Amino acid sequence: MQQCIRAFFAKRNVLEVETPILARAGVTDVHLCNVVTRLQGPGMPEPQNFYLQTSPEYAMKRLLAAGSGAIFQLCKVVRDDEISCRHNPEFSMLEWYRPEYDDAALMAELDALVQEVLGCEPAEYLTYQQAFLSILDIDPLHSDAKPALLKVLSERGYDGAVNESDNLDTILQLAMSVLIEPVIGQRRPCFVSHFPASQAALARIAVADHRVSHRFELFFQGLELANGFWELADAQQQRGRFLADNVERERLGLATQPLDERFLAALEHGLPDCSGVAVGLDRLLMLRLGVKDIAEILTFPVSRA
Amino acid sequence: MANFSTNEFKSGLKIMQDGEPCVILENEMVKPGKGQAFSRVRIRKLLSGKVVEKTFKSGDSVEGADVVDVELAYLYSDGEFWHFMNNETFEQLAADDAAVGDNKKWLVEQDVCTITLWNGKPINVAPPNFVELEITETDPGLKGDTAGTGGKPATLVTGAVVRVPLFVQIGEVIKVDTRSGEYVSRVK
Repeated sequence: MQQCIRAFFAKRNVLEVETPILARAGVTDVHLCNVVTRLQGPGMPEPQNFYLQTSPEYAMKRLLAAGSGAIFQLCKVVRDDEISCRHNPEFSMLEWYRPEYDDAALMAELDALVQEVLGCEPAEYLTYQQAFLSILDIDPLHSDAKPALLKVLSERGYDGAVNESDNLDTILQLAMSVLIEPVIGQRRPCFVSHFPASQAALARIAVADHRVSHRFELFFQGLELANGFWELADAQQQRGRFLADNVERERLGLATQPLDERFLAALEHGLPDCSGVAVGLDRLLMLRLGVKDIAEILTFPVSRA
Repeated sequence: MANFSTNEFKSGLKIMQDGEPCVILENEMVKPGKGQAFSRVRIRKLLSGKVVEKTFKSGDSVEGADVVDVELAYLYSDGEFWHFMNNETFEQLAADDAAVGDNKKWLVEQDVCTITLWNGKPINVAPPNFVELEITETDPGLKGDTAGTGGKPATLVTGAVVRVPLFVQIGEVIKVDTRSGEYVSRVK
């Protein structure tokens, strides 16, 4: 599968790169948790915190800002507190960036790659709003979405986990995971684009409709396969989002995280207009081999590592 | 009783839900790449026996249930309670009809049963997997019919009704699988 991926990018003149697994900063994402380790040595007499990267995104964007052009990477990433039949704390990721591509162009390229790797049909495309409207008849961008979502979650037996005091995004994420994901992309992969602006992560906000962002995900047979952005290039906005993450972390009683100043400096220097996407390779292999448990495709899953 | 966070969930853990002790059967994490994680668990309610699904936000904690299983020998029934004894300490315990339920028809004196206690009170009685009981009533079978096509119903000394092969007669002791309620063999 990796050979197939490397050949795909070689044909398209995308350069393979390698970036550090250990870095001085992690992510502020409220729902991601870095594994932290301590390093020491010449120049570092006192042990210093280093963060195992949850994705190579910040380092790859530093390369883009330095003028690398189109790049891809196959690497291991680490996320704490994620173990299930679809999650292993360390897993393989394919991540690539395309200068001058918008999200639509990158989705088309990912679609082509997935067809090549899995031999499946071309993907279908839905917006986040279309997905919720067609399956639940609820507009996720409407101000009345919250009570309607709580009602349908309760009817389907998912009450208890969320209530009126939760913010809309938490409720949307549960509905997406248990009511939308299992339904969409069964016969062919399904892109969901234009996530709400409040879940933009590192995507830019849509100019035509400020309620949504240029963030997309790809789903196939109940698995979330990829997450991509038409990248936010504004350093000021990016810093604001990191700080907002830390405020939310404080509210939830989580530790705040140091900001990756080298990444922010690269954005200030200038990130070319580009789109990027990260693909979970273990899950892609699960689909290729038709297995339901990630442990079946890992040499030694975390329970036996 | 201690509280358990979702990361402590595993099958077999006893927790309180809807005011009832429950046992976790399955636990599955649901987590979007960039979003809140949830725990989806299948639980069996220990009083009603109902299996239901529940969803929790990861990091939430729930109250544990003080539920333990003990092995006790069945002594006798006084019509209202079923009495059991610990064969080592000789302590006795009485279970009511709600705890014994349908399993009363499999209780054989001296058999060691598994009694589930919630806050020290019996809530379930599980008989051994196999019990031996005498037949008190069944149609006379045809001599020589050993092939047994459909069998016939037989009433046992406890009132349980089991399908047995045609050659099995009144007064004989048979071995029964209490989980399925099926005849296993005759006991010589």
